[in-house]
Amino acid sequence: MTHVIVVGAGQAGAALSARLRQQGFEGQITLIGEEPVAPYQRPPLSKKYLTGELPIDRLYLRPASFYADQNITLMTGCRVERIDRAARRVITPRGPLAYDALVLATGGRARRLPQALGGGLDGVYTVRTLADVDAMAPEFVAGRHLFIVGGGYIGLEAAAVARQRGLTVTVLDASSRILNRVASAQTADYIRAQHLAHGVEIIEGETLDHLTGVSRVDGALLSNGRQIPADFAIVGIGLAPATELAEAAGLDVADGITVDALCRTSDPAIYAVGDCASFPHGAGHLRLESVPNAIAMAEAAADAILGHGTPYRPNPWFWSDQYDMSLQIAGLSTGYDRVVSRDSDRGKSFWYFAGARLLAVDAVNDPRAYMLGKRWLEAGLSPNPAHVADASRELKSLGTS
Amino acid sequence: MAKITYIEADGTEHVVDIATGKTVMEGARDHNIAGILAECGGACACATCHAYIHHEWFDKLSPANPVEEDMLEFAVDTDPSRSRLTCQITVTDMLDGLIVQLPES
Repeated sequence: MTHVIVVGAGQAGAALSARLRQQGFEGQITLIGEEPVAPYQRPPLSKKYLTGELPIDRLYLRPASFYADQNITLMTGCRVERIDRAARRVITPRGPLAYDALVLATGGRARRLPQALGGGLDGVYTVRTLADVDAMAPEFVAGRHLFIVGGGYIGLEAAAVARQRGLTVTVLDASSRILNRVASAQTADYIRAQHLAHGVEIIEGETLDHLTGVSRVDGALLSNGRQIPADFAIVGIGLAPATELAEAAGLDVADGITVDALCRTSDPAIYAVGDCASFPHGAGHLRLESVPNAIAMAEAAADAILGHGTPYRPNPWFWSDQYDMSLQIAGLSTGYDRVVSRDSDRGKSFWYFAGARLLAVDAVNDPRAYMLGKRWLEAGLSPNPAHVADASRELKSLGTS
Repeated sequence: MAKITYIEADGTEHVVDIATGKTVMEGARDHNIAGILAECGGACACATCHAYIHHEWFDKLSPANPVEEDMLEFAVDTDPSRSRLTCQITVTDMLDGLIVQLPES
């Protein structure tokens, strides 16, 4: 193994490159990114970077000197055109590069509103890249009206920032409620109440007819005929995994680039990690959009490339910050049949069960519930749901089975 | 600027200069020192930057806030007499000479 090429300079690509060096790999590492900047953290884009609390130099994952220090060739602003699997080369505008192992860490792209719905108007933004957020930042002026399409975490985080900056905010979710895809009704109720208390208007169960405006957005028309004026709009309707390169190269792609337990695609010289990769999970495959998954999967793939890989098993967790709410989520709630809520002195937690088995915990301002829940989940242990709901019982005194 | 010694679980020592204003976590990350993962990037949300502070230094640090205390209480392999989350320790000139021991992965 003399040359590892990583396509995609996000969290996963950066973590994989760093891990190879930490593990003593002495060959060549080339990290190729489409964006014009060095790897940075995406989560703060809709949080502390947008509020201005986190300066750009602290957004970067590593200082500029890191890549030279670690002998990692970082190529930014470079979009890989295709993979020549037969010759083991990637073709870039700057010429072909030969690899021994190739890693696809291509992430995903924010889904956009179709042109017909006004998705192409000026003043309509998505939240995925630094350029996205730098472009929208000047719009955050007190007194202006922000219309947000999508009541998921991205949309709600942007709503919180906008309210803190004194904007008027309307959030539209076409499904029956906010956070429909990712959290329980109980969690959504709690978070909705915080947004309402901060003056956000939340419209649920109504669809967008289209964003209005001639060249620039000036409002939204809902399917029920209601018109809402807006100075700008943010579309937070999910992520599409970037699989084009893999598809064009004939690799297996379903929802994401299909990999095996060692993060190998259907070509054993090519790996895929992070948001773009779909890995074996239970009886099927799973794709996770999160920083912890990007890091852990990148490290698993690095180890596999170096010949000491072990099957990748995620310990999923997520976080979100809105107003003074710190939300921490452990586990995957898919398939739950009941949710038990628990009050603590500073916060609240929501525990997802399938039968007697604990699946996930959403903790708001309750790090103890999150930490303990995460440890139980990792150990395959479940507390008694009735005991969880009883706030008079100390969390750590709860038995598990 | 402060000189900080990071000692990996296997005993490997890294002595590095960290700029004032950075956190002890960022110092480790900037120098690719294994053992501090910092998944959340310093939001005090994950406890993956947990490390042990040398006993001569532990009491010289500003104390942990309640969120950090709660995180540490249930993090893996913590020791109340020396465990901290390194994303919550900001480097100052006073920390010149700080010694940080990193946990097993």
